[in-house]
Amino acid sequence: MIAIDLKNLDISYGDSKVVHGVTLSIPEGESFALVGESGSGKSTILRAIAGLAPDWEGEISVFGHKRSHSIDRAVSRQVQMVFQDPYGSLHPRKTIDAALSEPLAIHGIGNRGERVEAMLKAVGLDQRFRFRFPHQLSGGQRQRVAIARALMLEPKILLLDEPTSALDVSVQAEILNLLKRLRREQNLTFLMVTHNLPVVSFLCDRLAVMRHGRIVEIADVAQLKAGDLKQDYSRELLAATEGS
Amino acid sequence: MSAPLLDVKNLRVSFPTHSGRIEVVKGLSFTLGRERLGIVGESGSGKSMTGRSILKLIRKPGEVTADKLEFDGIDLRAQSEKQMRAIRGARISMVMQDPKFSLNPVMTVGEQIAEALVTHQKLPRREVQARILDMLRAVRINDPERVAKLYPHEVSGGMGQRIMIAMMLIPEPELLIADEPTSALDVSVQAQVLDIIDDLVTRKGMGLILISHDLALVSRYCDRILVMNAGRVVEECAAGQLDQAQHPYTRGLLAAMPVIDETRDELPVLDRTQWAGT
Repeated sequence: MIAIDLKNLDISYGDSKVVHGVTLSIPEGESFALVGESGSGKSTILRAIAGLAPDWEGEISVFGHKRSHSIDRAVSRQVQMVFQDPYGSLHPRKTIDAALSEPLAIHGIGNRGERVEAMLKAVGLDQRFRFRFPHQLSGGQRQRVAIARALMLEPKILLLDEPTSALDVSVQAEILNLLKRLRREQNLTFLMVTHNLPVVSFLCDRLAVMRHGRIVEIADVAQLKAGDLKQDYSRELLAATEGS
Repeated sequence: MSAPLLDVKNLRVSFPTHSGRIEVVKGLSFTLGRERLGIVGESGSGKSMTGRSILKLIRKPGEVTADKLEFDGIDLRAQSEKQMRAIRGARISMVMQDPKFSLNPVMTVGEQIAEALVTHQKLPRREVQARILDMLRAVRINDPERVAKLYPHEVSGGMGQRIMIAMMLIPEPELLIADEPTSALDVSVQAQVLDIIDDLVTRKGMGLILISHDLALVSRYCDRILVMNAGRVVEECAAGQLDQAQHPYTRGLLAAMPVIDETRDELPVLDRTQWAGT
């Protein structure tokens, strides 16, 4: 089954169009990466799927269900997003417990206490963190909370916007391991934005290289590992990562 | 070898907390000649504090002590604020992490670079203008006349960082401290910015301290590396020999980085039990 299907997607912010005619189809259970430099429109695609960039034309389907332009609860149940900066994406005056319970309250799901406890355990956080505030947690712990929040509604798809770029290497390793384990355990589909190609190599199956709002190339991770990318721009990106 | 440019012995930086003073740099010693030194470590390892304490930029209630803190024979500990101002920028300068927060938003790029220059030297206006344009060209900005008239919000992150480098290098300092100069930038621009720093540092025979959390990057651009953890240097080695690092912390950091042809199913993580607090 196709988890995310984008057809001829154009996305604009006001008068400027930032994504042009993107067509992409991601089967269920796959981990797909969007790579490219800042301003290439990769995060904007995630935002449009999540409903945060409502000014789009074309077609976005999630498990065969066409997304509307407004808030779509059916889509929220299936698609959740994890943001880049764990310092900015958690409400500073809400406890971890409140942040994790909120999606449940919105969707009228009961049994909240137990669900919060189980989720903290799943992301490897001790129960004593439950009634703390974000400022009492380290960056890695906050990113675990952000992932837990995204998983509260038991979605099928996670949109990951540079989930580890604000973290130290050793913490990055922990979060990447966690994401890999959760994907295996819950059969999740990942759509991840990153500019770190080694992370793609570790976590993803396929990748799309973007530039100026267009997809330049779609490749398998095997091709990335072998350095067998077809387009000049993709090879440039690869060379920049490996270093001169 | 000539006398070192910078000589630091037993540097300690501490801050007061409710439970007494906490040392964030615990007895650091190193010397620096006209070479490129990398300081690597994770958040909270004290690497930025080390860079700042050399310029005496640590404000009260923070406290810096050292047995020796000498720059080119000058005892930095004994310098007054006024004397320090003559050294900062002119002889030692610092490139900060994020151009978005470190450039003055209400001054044009040209004015800011000019300010860095005329604070330390009296020059005729025409020469100031010429030096600015030359410097912007040196950091590979293509049409310097136009860029000099722009405000910081009108330039991209990579260009902002190059502008900051231009501003820091125009008084021709002898020592450049670069604190995470590229961590706010894209991978594709990172290499460009570091190449520029590298090129200018080598050409002018300056000393460079590159502070970063990125081991691979530091090993590429430096001659010598200090690895810091929890306020102490755990390992010192030549950049080329990083892969033979001995200390478990350094080895842990190296292993935790995914590589481009990754085959491991799980990444090894550092054992944090030794400093597990909250």
